[in-house]
Amino acid sequence: MPELLQITLLSLQISGLATGLSLLIGLPLGTLLALGKFPGRAVILSLVNTGMGLPPVVVGLFVAIMLWRSGPLGELRLIYTPAAIILAQVIIAFPVIAGLTTSALQALDPRLRLQLLGLGASTPQMVWMLWREARLPLLAALMAGFGSVISEVGASMMVGGNIRYQTRVLTTAIVLETGKGNFDLAIGLGVLLLTITFLVNWALTALQQRGRKE
Amino acid sequence: MSEFLKLTDWRVRRGKRLALTVESLQLEAGGVLAVAGPNGAGKSTLLMALARLIPLERGEIWLNGRPACAESALRYRRRLGLVMQSPLLFDTSVYENVACGLRFRGLPEKEIRSRVEKWLERLKIFPLAKRRAAELSGGEGQRVSLARALALEPELLLLDEPFSALDAPTRAHLLDDLRRLLAETGTTTLFVTHDLEEARQIATRLAIILGGRLAQVDAPEQIFSQPVSQEVRAFLGI
Repeated sequence: MPELLQITLLSLQISGLATGLSLLIGLPLGTLLALGKFPGRAVILSLVNTGMGLPPVVVGLFVAIMLWRSGPLGELRLIYTPAAIILAQVIIAFPVIAGLTTSALQALDPRLRLQLLGLGASTPQMVWMLWREARLPLLAALMAGFGSVISEVGASMMVGGNIRYQTRVLTTAIVLETGKGNFDLAIGLGVLLLTITFLVNWALTALQQRGRKE
Repeated sequence: MSEFLKLTDWRVRRGKRLALTVESLQLEAGGVLAVAGPNGAGKSTLLMALARLIPLERGEIWLNGRPACAESALRYRRRLGLVMQSPLLFDTSVYENVACGLRFRGLPEKEIRSRVEKWLERLKIFPLAKRRAAELSGGEGQRVSLARALALEPELLLLDEPFSALDAPTRAHLLDDLRRLLAETGTTTLFVTHDLEEARQIATRLAIILGGRLAQVDAPEQIFSQPVSQEVRAFLGI
């Protein structure tokens, strides 16, 4: 397989999987923060909101320390593997999805919950209907989550190591080629990254706007 | 009176404030109880507590001979229909809006279709079935909201000032249609309103709430002819 194709597919696999896992964590967490009342909610919400702006290099540093051979999770031997990059990207993306999910659900009319319960909805049915009502901002949250990881370079470099054929993704390859002075290749990779980001967001936007046409 | 709905020894708090106390309130099967009172008197609190959307500090609800505490809030709520002041429709078609409560109950698709079509027809909104809820006028939206609740064929229908946001002619038409449908179906109904004329037109019984307490409960004409206190008289404007 040509190297460029391999790098592109690996980028998509890593960031796609990281976004999917972040959705699995961020959507329930954001929903709980939006609808729940429990001690510590305000603190968790503040942490999530802070997490939305986490610098990827700090996440990379934290994950590297955890996964380093002598670190607490060193036994897992994940450092410099795609799994390490996925882990770092999940830590970057899930607060983005959780925070935007909370805002999306809190923007709905609060009486909607009462109306749903009054119509006999169980809690899971009520949550599903609220997600449905907030589907436009929730898909925007998903796009923001994907955008935050596909374009991220610091953490991927630090915990992935930019190893050829193993952990080299589009962003780390751009850094490498720029460092070597191969600007033509770096620009090509940059255009490819932008194109992929556009195509993924175009697909998500099409999904988001489906049914909105009158 | 055969008591289809009975509230006993109620106490309801909103935050730390004691918002409502009801010693006893009864309604016969098929009756329409209008609950009237000034803003903040406790009308909506009564309705929300009756729907078990806010908890009772004390007291019991008996519906059709069964105490509400004997079943889960979900199971209890599935015996009710609720219409609020604003239609609160979902961002989907009119048909799906009316179908949603039936879907929550896991009814078969054939039964859902038959009930939705029946109630769209009865509320005179069948031609709107495929329209998106967001495109409807206020009156049409409230008809959908009524169809959504009535399609559940509830044991008790709860209406929280459903017509207060509508213009006078639309309100009059809807009130006429609702009165006819309730009479035809014999649905036991609790109707919260601040409009005494509306209450008079639709109710078999009228409850006046003042300051978080039931001031008088009786047939509407009885209340208007013999208010029990100066406060009730003042509220009725007579």
